[in-house]
Amino acid sequence: MAYSDKVVEHYQNPRNVGSFGASKEVKDRSDIGVGIVGAPECGDVMQLQIKVDDDGMIEDAKFKCFGCGSAIASSSLATEWIKGRSVDDALKIKNTAIVEELSLPPVKIHCSVLAEDSIRSAIADYKKKNGVEDHDHDHDHDHDHDHDHDHDHDHSH
Amino acid sequence: MPLDLPIYMDNASTTRTDPRVLEAMLPFFLETYGNPSSRNHSFGWAAEDGVDRARRQVADLIGAGPKEIIWTSGATEANNLAIKGAARMYAKAPAGQTGRGHIITAIHEHKAVIDPCKRLEREGFDVTWLEPGADGLITAEMIAGAMRDDTILVSVMWANNEIGTINEIPEIGALCREHKAIFHTDATQWVGKMPTDVEADNIDLLSFSAHKLYGPNGVGALYVRRRRPRVRLEAMLDGGGHERGMRSGTLNVPGIVGMGMACEIAGAEMEAEGERLLELRQHMERSLVDAIDVVQVNGHAEKRLPHLTNISFGFVEGESLMMGVKDIACSSGSACTSASLEPSYVLKALGVGDDLAHSSLRMSFGRWTTAEEVDFAIQNIITAVNHLRSMSPLYDLHNEGIDISTIQWQSH
Repeated sequence: MAYSDKVVEHYQNPRNVGSFGASKEVKDRSDIGVGIVGAPECGDVMQLQIKVDDDGMIEDAKFKCFGCGSAIASSSLATEWIKGRSVDDALKIKNTAIVEELSLPPVKIHCSVLAEDSIRSAIADYKKKNGVEDHDHDHDHDHDHDHDHDHDHDHSH
Repeated sequence: MPLDLPIYMDNASTTRTDPRVLEAMLPFFLETYGNPSSRNHSFGWAAEDGVDRARRQVADLIGAGPKEIIWTSGATEANNLAIKGAARMYAKAPAGQTGRGHIITAIHEHKAVIDPCKRLEREGFDVTWLEPGADGLITAEMIAGAMRDDTILVSVMWANNEIGTINEIPEIGALCREHKAIFHTDATQWVGKMPTDVEADNIDLLSFSAHKLYGPNGVGALYVRRRRPRVRLEAMLDGGGHERGMRSGTLNVPGIVGMGMACEIAGAEMEAEGERLLELRQHMERSLVDAIDVVQVNGHAEKRLPHLTNISFGFVEGESLMMGVKDIACSSGSACTSASLEPSYVLKALGVGDDLAHSSLRMSFGRWTTAEEVDFAIQNIITAVNHLRSMSPLYDLHNEGIDISTIQWQSH
């Protein structure tokens, strides 16, 4: 099948490949959130690690991906997009935007879904480590944004 | 000299037509274009001469007599004619009844053997589907274990198209002779690459095609034994009664002439060619196994075709591997047309795990494969695998000593 130029470019020069340490090393680090989604037998496994500063900003992100070219490009792109964003802002990234940016064909949409899931999973891990269950009111960076209907948070606040 | 990219390493799929073959064919398009069935004029006679010569060339390559060669459109048709034609001819009970007879074949045969056998199963024949071990071989012992009093037909390929393993054909043939069962072999990957003698190898029916041995597409042959025993087949195509009534239809004269020439060349050159390609194959396998960890060459260690290798690379995903080796025209172990993730049924039959089956490459060398191309392919594969492993979370887990099969994956 033919890949878009952007997919090929990310495949050849993936951004932010790597990790901040092996899974057991980063397990107890509260500034790092780890998301691993997918399964080997399905042909895709994505690992996303985010490094979050005291203000809740994602200062760095690293990925590893076992998957097709579109999966690699989706996760590479995801790291580019979330760096420099707040964790709550990063949650607004939708798989459809990844599909559009990389011109993914219908059979590759699941790659973008996996990338979105890896972002959510990494942020959930970060929040869990920091005892943040709900929308975090202590961080005012989130208040300037439109209300995010897509958050699967408890809206009882 | 820079290489022309991509390089062709898919000769087990089809080969480039040898220019000598093409040259032999051309007059039969432009000058002597008659129908060999036209007995009344020189155009027909010239075409018949061409076909007769080709029949001898093809028969000589496999140790058969010219009258034992039935022209077909290719190996798929030859397999269908052999299997369905023999089963229906030697059926022990008429259609619609049970107990029509027993057939033995294997689960990792080519689809052109599997599907006719499945059809016969639906028509009331019993089929035993042998399963190979990890080396992929079908042995005479396995056939002996499956043989029954009502076994009418055994069909075992000579060499496997995906992994190149070579089955115990002469031994299986002897066994079939002893049990008075017809023995068919799909020799598509074998003939023209390795010496073939239907007498010494005890073969009753043998299929092959021209385009795997540097001949044209669309022409093949079925060897049908005429003596001890005389094998009869029920025809699939009814019509003008060509080919001793077994395969009606106007002959594809240029194709047949091309197949004849391809066989003559193969007979003269296959020994030297085989040695050269075996060296290239061994060089590739050694180089990749040395440079890359968690890699496996699929199939039997020694009993394999000289020109074909099938290698699996752990912890990389198949489609991205193909993307990384886009300058090598080869086949992947995934029957994967991007949408489906179906690993090769042949590798599955050998017990190769889905993960390794997906990330396998089949490379098949040919008459024009050079050492430079093989070196290029080796480097290309090493670079691609390393690139993908630098990104692979599974390779990290492996290096941390974690068995990925023990992990609870958050599946989609």
